Amino acid sequence: MNWLIDFWRSSIGGKVIMAITGLLLFGFVVAHLLGNLQLLSGPDKINAYAKMLHDLGPLLWVMRIGLLVVFVLHVATGIRLARANKAARPVAYAKEATIQASFASRSMVLSGLSLLVFVVYHLLHFTLGVTNPGHSALKAAGAGGHDVYAMVTASFSVPAIAIAYMAFQAVLFLHLSHGVQSLAQTLGLNHRRYSPMVRTLAYLLAAAIAGGNAFLPFAVLSGIVKVAS
Amino acid sequence: MKVTLHIWRQSRQSTKGDFAQDGRMVRYELDHVSADMSFLEMLDVLNEQLIHKGEEPVAFDHDCREGICGSCGVVIDGVPHGPERGTTTCQLHMRSFKDGAEIWVEPWRAAAFPVVRDLVVDRSSFDRVVQKGAFISVGTGAPQDANAIPVPKHDADRAFDAATCIGCGACVAACKNASAMLFVGAKVSHFMHLPQGRVEREQRARDLVAAMDREGFGNCTNQYECEAACPKEIPVRVIAEMNREFVRAKAVEEPASDKGTGGHG
Ligand code: HEM
Ligand code: FES
Repeated sequence: MNWLIDFWRSSIGGKVIMAITGLLLFGFVVAHLLGNLQLLSGPDKINAYAKMLHDLGPLLWVMRIGLLVVFVLHVATGIRLARANKAARPVAYAKEATIQASFASRSMVLSGLSLLVFVVYHLLHFTLGVTNPGHSALKAAGAGGHDVYAMVTASFSVPAIAIAYMAFQAVLFLHLSHGVQSLAQTLGLNHRRYSPMVRTLAYLLAAAIAGGNAFLPFAVLSGIVKVAS
Repeated sequence: MKVTLHIWRQSRQSTKGDFAQDGRMVRYELDHVSADMSFLEMLDVLNEQLIHKGEEPVAFDHDCREGICGSCGVVIDGVPHGPERGTTTCQLHMRSFKDGAEIWVEPWRAAAFPVVRDLVVDRSSFDRVVQKGAFISVGTGAPQDANAIPVPKHDADRAFDAATCIGCGACVAACKNASAMLFVGAKVSHFMHLPQGRVEREQRARDLVAAMDREGFGNCTNQYECEAACPKEIPVRVIAEMNREFVRAKAVEEPASDKGTGGHG
């Protein structure tokens, strides 16, 4: 066990944990998007998908707890490394300059913490239903399972909610555009031919995910997806 | 040409609790600067004038003044070694600045590099890392024929990319996290590509990273400021190589209490 704790405490061990948990979270975000895009195919499709997930029963809980562990590891390690980095430079430069570091790379801690706020809000909203307008009513009305379609469309037809979701996707874009290329370097993938491709791919993937996610509230707000009556 | 300098002046050595001490940025006007002077020669001229006025001259490190020893190095306008790529401070010339320029001059900023005085920092943290294994520990005897151990050109080139490191510390100074991973990565990469270095590669990777962490450097976040500031243009590939080496070395590490294949069954 000692060597594992040693590894976790080391600088590179911490980076590797960030990269592996980051990769897993990235995988989750992709799956989450693909699942939710079924909203575009109407109530039957997305509600059947939601029912399928719920019917997984204990397996769903295994997945949820696994995701929570990965998430907590990612956030905790990120905070540990960020604090160590701050301590490593006790006096700041009077004249700060950046040679080539991207804006996204310089705001990882901030974009990460914003995502934390978003995730908490998102769970309160859809999973726990605390901040969801009319959620409990829908829950009661839709006997035999959640009417996810009704719940989501009702929420996103409120402009403030839809706009907040879209704004957070910009933050997700920022975090992933650096995160995806950074994790490749951390895991030791650096090649004169492929690294520039990975960099471009990171921007494309981040844009696809953020764009896909942002499209759902936009579609409801603009009437492309009809609100359930 | 004429320049306005803002230079960090600090008379007492940094301590853990008080890093900046009495340090502050002091403004100096300097006239009749030749565009052909090196940056250090410009500082020499300033110091002549300060001595003439009975003031303390600005302390800065330098030795070879030809870009090979790694002693010199100050942060100029926020960039270690100043605005030219692949250039040490001693090889930087005043023609790289506009007439009338305001120039900020500061020491390397890192917890692992305490300021000794003004622009001089103590870089012995690098030496302590190197002492933990950035060398080959076998006696090599008399020099042998240069081609007795064949090394593929590709490997030799990679080792040499890393071996050009002059240990100046610009990578740490440039890094937003004051991380030393370009420096330590260069040591790991330098040896891992050579047959003589491969023998101890795992031990070296573990020991160097542990030594680096003990010195209080930060952690790389892959922003690549180091690579852009390095006067020898060492690529961040060496950091990826070090990451791989370290993970592999940790994975194959044997428990301290159970070394070897013997044991009590
Ligand atoms: C919710 C709070 C979050 C915080 C506080 C956070 C924080 C961080 C920090 C500090 C880094 C390291 C930055 C760097 O090395 O430059 C990072 C990297 C990363 N994050 Fe997050 N993050 C969060 C959420 C997420 C989420 C939801 C995802 C996935 C969708 C994600 C994916 C990644 C990836 C892929 C990396 C790159 C790993 C690497 O540098 O090797 N993060 N995060
Ligand atoms: S003085 Fe030797 S490298 Fe500048």
